[in-house]
Amino acid sequence: MISEKVVYERPVALSVNRTHYCPGCTHGTAHRLVAETIDELNIRERTILVASVGCSVFAYDYFDVDACEAPHGRAPAMATGIKRVSPDNIVFTYQGDGDLASIGIGEAIHAASRGENITIIFINNAVYGMTGGQMAPTSLIGQKTTSSPLGRDPKLSGTPLHIAELMAGLPGVAYSVRRSLHDARHVIQAKKAIRLAFEAQMQHLGFSLVELLSTCPTNWGVAPGEACDWVREEMIPVYPLGDFKVAEPLRARSQRGGQ
Amino acid sequence: MSKQLLKGNVALAEAAIRAGCEAYFGYPITPQTELLEHMARRMIELNRVFLQAESEVAAINMVYGAAVAGTKVMTSSSSPGISLMQEGFSYIAGSNVPVVVIDVMRGGPGLGNIQPSQSDYNQITKSAGHGDFHPIVLAPATVQEAIDLTVLAFDLAETYRTLVIVAADGAIGQMMEPAELPPMRPKREKRPFWALTGAAGRPKNVITSLYLGADNLEALNNQIQDKLALIQGHEVRYDCYRMEDADSVLVAFGTAARVAQTAVDHLRQEGFPVGLLRPITLWPFPERPLRELAQQVDTLLVVEMNAGQMFHDVKEVVGDQAEVYFTGRTGGAIPTPDEIERVVHGLYNYYLDPDYSPVGVLA
Repeated sequence: MISEKVVYERPVALSVNRTHYCPGCTHGTAHRLVAETIDELNIRERTILVASVGCSVFAYDYFDVDACEAPHGRAPAMATGIKRVSPDNIVFTYQGDGDLASIGIGEAIHAASRGENITIIFINNAVYGMTGGQMAPTSLIGQKTTSSPLGRDPKLSGTPLHIAELMAGLPGVAYSVRRSLHDARHVIQAKKAIRLAFEAQMQHLGFSLVELLSTCPTNWGVAPGEACDWVREEMIPVYPLGDFKVAEPLRARSQRGGQ
Repeated sequence: MSKQLLKGNVALAEAAIRAGCEAYFGYPITPQTELLEHMARRMIELNRVFLQAESEVAAINMVYGAAVAGTKVMTSSSSPGISLMQEGFSYIAGSNVPVVVIDVMRGGPGLGNIQPSQSDYNQITKSAGHGDFHPIVLAPATVQEAIDLTVLAFDLAETYRTLVIVAADGAIGQMMEPAELPPMRPKREKRPFWALTGAAGRPKNVITSLYLGADNLEALNNQIQDKLALIQGHEVRYDCYRMEDADSVLVAFGTAARVAQTAVDHLRQEGFPVGLLRPITLWPFPERPLRELAQQVDTLLVVEMNAGQMFHDVKEVVGDQAEVYFTGRTGGAIPTPDEIERVVHGLYNYYLDPDYSPVGVLA
């Protein structure tokens, strides 16, 4: 008698839908981790997604939860409006680095500063994806993009913005960490962080943010495998992985330090 | 209920509360700040949502969030803040959610000043954000009407799932008048079926203004245009004053209409057969009554606290049916009855004496 056990399947919180993401892009991985978390916490029926402007603009097509689409950068303000009138809902935004770190930095910092009880999944791939690979506030020094063809010059365009560390300095923030999606081990660590971020919200601890170092093979002009290498070799030295703020009730289960 | 002496901004805020406003997000700006301050105290007292946002941009997007969650939500601001909110207005229009905005207009352009003005007419009736849409725009001329129109604004927003702007000005916001507030409506218990409340026992709800593909977006636009046509057919509001036997009519809204009304009384005493048409809905604009009026009278004089913004709408509706003139003040100045009367005198002189030029008297 052969018995079968399901060990891997589509999370219920993911819609049966083909994504528009490029081969080798880690958006799909990040989506899956968030969806698995929603399933595990059994919160799909009370979760509201605020999608942002960027490659993940159609996230509402991929998650099987109630969802809306915010103006560019305004997702934390929109999430604030939703959470304030519906405190029993679980509200999260899914934003890229152009959306959050550039045009929406004001909304993000003030939501964090108010201790808004929402969760932000922040995708940092060091580039504007949807518009075709322009320089982002997170682009590395010397990184060639379509709007910094000679490489990012700090004299001209400043230096990479460290969102997870920046947020950690605000008392309203319960959880602010950085993880990476470049290999399986780090994906598992990212999953644990995403789960803690949602649990922070469920425990009414305040604002939670998980920054995920992600790939953009198309705009970086490299193959998917090389993109993962680039995250490991170029991005992580600039954006150290780690826990920058973990509220006391979550500490026992958080991973401290780097990796 | 009985009349009490109420400041316009406070009356607007309290009217919103009594109309069932469940959430308010705002940012301080003169001359509407008392409105925000009243909300800050009363909404918390009533266990409703009040939040001072970090900017008008954030405020309107918080409003957008509370609207997609299916609550009766409002913000208030004044001209420069309204400019900043236009991004949100457009998204709200593109996603068909109900929102009420109170604009206590001040002088522009730029930082301008904090004096009463009607300088937002164009930006709220025509260009309230990118894309093809119009908010419903209600223009009160008294504190009482500010209360009544704010209540109406919540009902219209819900009925049509649309953005409604109450366009007051610094004078309406700052002055005190006897007025009666409506009774407190009971709290609405249930969110609308389309709202984002969590996909429990139903397929997910998605609210977006993104429609890739020309056909998809055109379908949305057609639906919005159908809705606007419905609003134009059902929601035009205006007021007429002393129209009997009038051969000249002033056209004015809000505070300018109050001044014009006084001018009409004086001119009538002097024997000039002058009336007043006062649009209450600036959008939908009272086109049909104006067109019919133009067939009965010789001259229309548009009076505004701007450089002639509604003037162009009147001119377009009236065409060659009657002469249309404009007088007004800008920069936060309010025209006096006397100034309007002088212009009217000039127009009558012009008809009596073809050599007389009215140009000099038209400000």
